[in-house]
Amino acid sequence: MLDNNQLLRFTTAGSVDDGKSTLIGRLLYDSKSIFEDQLQAIENTSKKKGHKGVDLALFTDGLRDERDQGITIDVAYRYFTTPKRKFIIADTPGHIQYTRNMVTGASTANAAIILVDARHGVIEQTKRHSFIASLLQIPHIIVCVNKMDLVDYSEEAYNTVINQFEEFSSKLLVKDIRFIPISALNGDNVVNRSQNMDWYQGAPLLHTLETMHISSDINKVDARFPVQTVLRPQNETHRDYRGYAGRVSSGIFRVGDEVTIMPSGFTSKIKTIDTLNESLKEAYAPMSVSITLEDDIDISRGDMIVRSNNKPEPLQDIEVMLCWLHNDPAKPRAKYSIRHTSNEQKAMIKDIVYKINIETLDRNTEDKDLKMNDISKVKIRTTKPLMIDSYRENRTTGSIILIDDTTNETVAAGMVV
Amino acid sequence: MSKYYLNYLDELESEAIFVLREVWAQFDNPVILFSGGKDSILVTHLAKKAFYPAKIPFPLMHVDTGHNFPETIKFRDDIIKDLGVELIVGSVQESIDEGRVAEEKGKNATRNALQITTLLDAIESNKIDCAIGGGRRDEEKARAKERFFSHRDDFGQWDPKNQRPELWNIFNGKHFEGEHFRAFPISNWTEMDVWNYIKRENIAIPSLYFAHEREVVWRQDSWIPNSEFLILEDHEEIITKKVRFRTLGDITITGGIESEADTLEKIADEVSGMRQTERGNRSDDKRSESAMEDRKRQGYF
Repeated sequence: MLDNNQLLRFTTAGSVDDGKSTLIGRLLYDSKSIFEDQLQAIENTSKKKGHKGVDLALFTDGLRDERDQGITIDVAYRYFTTPKRKFIIADTPGHIQYTRNMVTGASTANAAIILVDARHGVIEQTKRHSFIASLLQIPHIIVCVNKMDLVDYSEEAYNTVINQFEEFSSKLLVKDIRFIPISALNGDNVVNRSQNMDWYQGAPLLHTLETMHISSDINKVDARFPVQTVLRPQNETHRDYRGYAGRVSSGIFRVGDEVTIMPSGFTSKIKTIDTLNESLKEAYAPMSVSITLEDDIDISRGDMIVRSNNKPEPLQDIEVMLCWLHNDPAKPRAKYSIRHTSNEQKAMIKDIVYKINIETLDRNTEDKDLKMNDISKVKIRTTKPLMIDSYRENRTTGSIILIDDTTNETVAAGMVV
Repeated sequence: MSKYYLNYLDELESEAIFVLREVWAQFDNPVILFSGGKDSILVTHLAKKAFYPAKIPFPLMHVDTGHNFPETIKFRDDIIKDLGVELIVGSVQESIDEGRVAEEKGKNATRNALQITTLLDAIESNKIDCAIGGGRRDEEKARAKERFFSHRDDFGQWDPKNQRPELWNIFNGKHFEGEHFRAFPISNWTEMDVWNYIKRENIAIPSLYFAHEREVVWRQDSWIPNSEFLILEDHEEIITKKVRFRTLGDITITGGIESEADTLEKIADEVSGMRQTERGNRSDDKRSESAMEDRKRQGYF
């Protein structure tokens, strides 16, 4: 592998019927990422279950219950590498009752693969997956029109799906949508170019994933550095060292930059940017570094270092698109802990503006419950200000989770509108 | 000219450092589970980076089965001295002597499962609220479902069907008294990534990973090293072979592979051509299809 090879995280939502598992199995198999002992295990299971040949879909099975029921319940992560890139697949279940798992898988993805059965075209499930991809602001969507072998590799069938998709996706906020006609079962346009679809001029799926431009996916403009912890070695060589440890969320910090500490508002200049190997002139997302400042200021976990000429808004009243993740529904006017970057405060859900019907994308302003898998626009009030950017501009400083203090469970995830 | 993106190894490194700092910030008394294997050495190296110029602010903990490669123990003691951190040892032998666990019997007996009790006892008696491990999601299908921050109940058990959702990079380590977490900073690394990184950073690893002459016996499709614990079957014969180990566990269950790879460069090349997973040489995982899931549910690493 080359030194400048990047990491691409993508998500695939779908059920066995869509051919999702077959597609993943095909990507792994054709890119030679399946080991012989794994293949042997799958062959044994296929035989035990009475399947003909090797069922590649079995490769994505995880827990015992999932194997027994033949479904994906939780997010599973798969890995493969080509000479061009390293890939992480967040393999998520596609049924409506697993919306929360899809949201989880989508939260860190650069790209989403949405599978459409060429015979059935765009269905409710396609809309749901696309909506979640757009809600979570996955920068790139690849619509794979699958099972082309079952429609005689017809260009017309493919174009019908594209038209259907474009008609409904005009309502979504996605910057980059591409379409690829494939047959996961036979391998057409997955890793290798199909011999059956001369009319398709574009690249196969793997090549698309390998070459897609992702360097601009991270916000390079708004410099944000949430402080995770303070490093004070107090040893011989670093007696007065006081470093602020964190990971750059977005933007670029340079030595000498004028910075403001939020929420206190104190200002200073960046003195050094340190790592074990070397001191750097600049740090950019998503680098983990330790920053020291020219002045002694009281800074602790939860504070955010930003460039003085570009600050996030300290807000106590925020509007978020909230996905409810827990079995227990939201308790009206209950207090939750809210986590935003490294900051934690208390919060209350003040109002439910509307709930989205994720089958039709209609808004319901009457239904005021927040139950598992519901996606709603809500108003939240926090006890102290959070340093907020909108999720659309910044996936790191625009996202929050809610924690129920009576159970310590993560109950909801939100994207600041 | 500057490029404003990280390559895949730098991104994995940065992610792991972020996770380690979150552990330190969210828990009172974390430890690194240190086995002397390459993955826990890597985690320790990343912890050194995460807290530099301060030293690693928490201890290393070794669950000592008593069935060690002598090289591993030497390596462990050297690294502790070098880092200037505390070492906590949980001893399986003590657990046996105290009657907490019973030794398995027979030729294929191992102390692998016994470690669970020792580990959980050590976590409890040292009031540890987060044990950082070198588990990777690519290793095994139950591990593919792990979170970075993975909750364990007050019996130390994992409930894979009821895990906390983990979104973006916001980790929830909140827990009640008596519960603890396992944290996995290198979740997203593959075996190949680990070797490429070790090579790049020139990280010291035990000599066992490099090809060397050793007395071994052919058993269950791999070369099991000769040791005081080995019970030979009639048809088995000890011979000397040039081998190296791909993973390090107990000396009784870790099989070596025939190899000429005696540098990091050659190891990385060899691993990239491997057609078997690394745990394929671990007899602990060969016991059943859900061997790892079952052990993990009970509190295994």
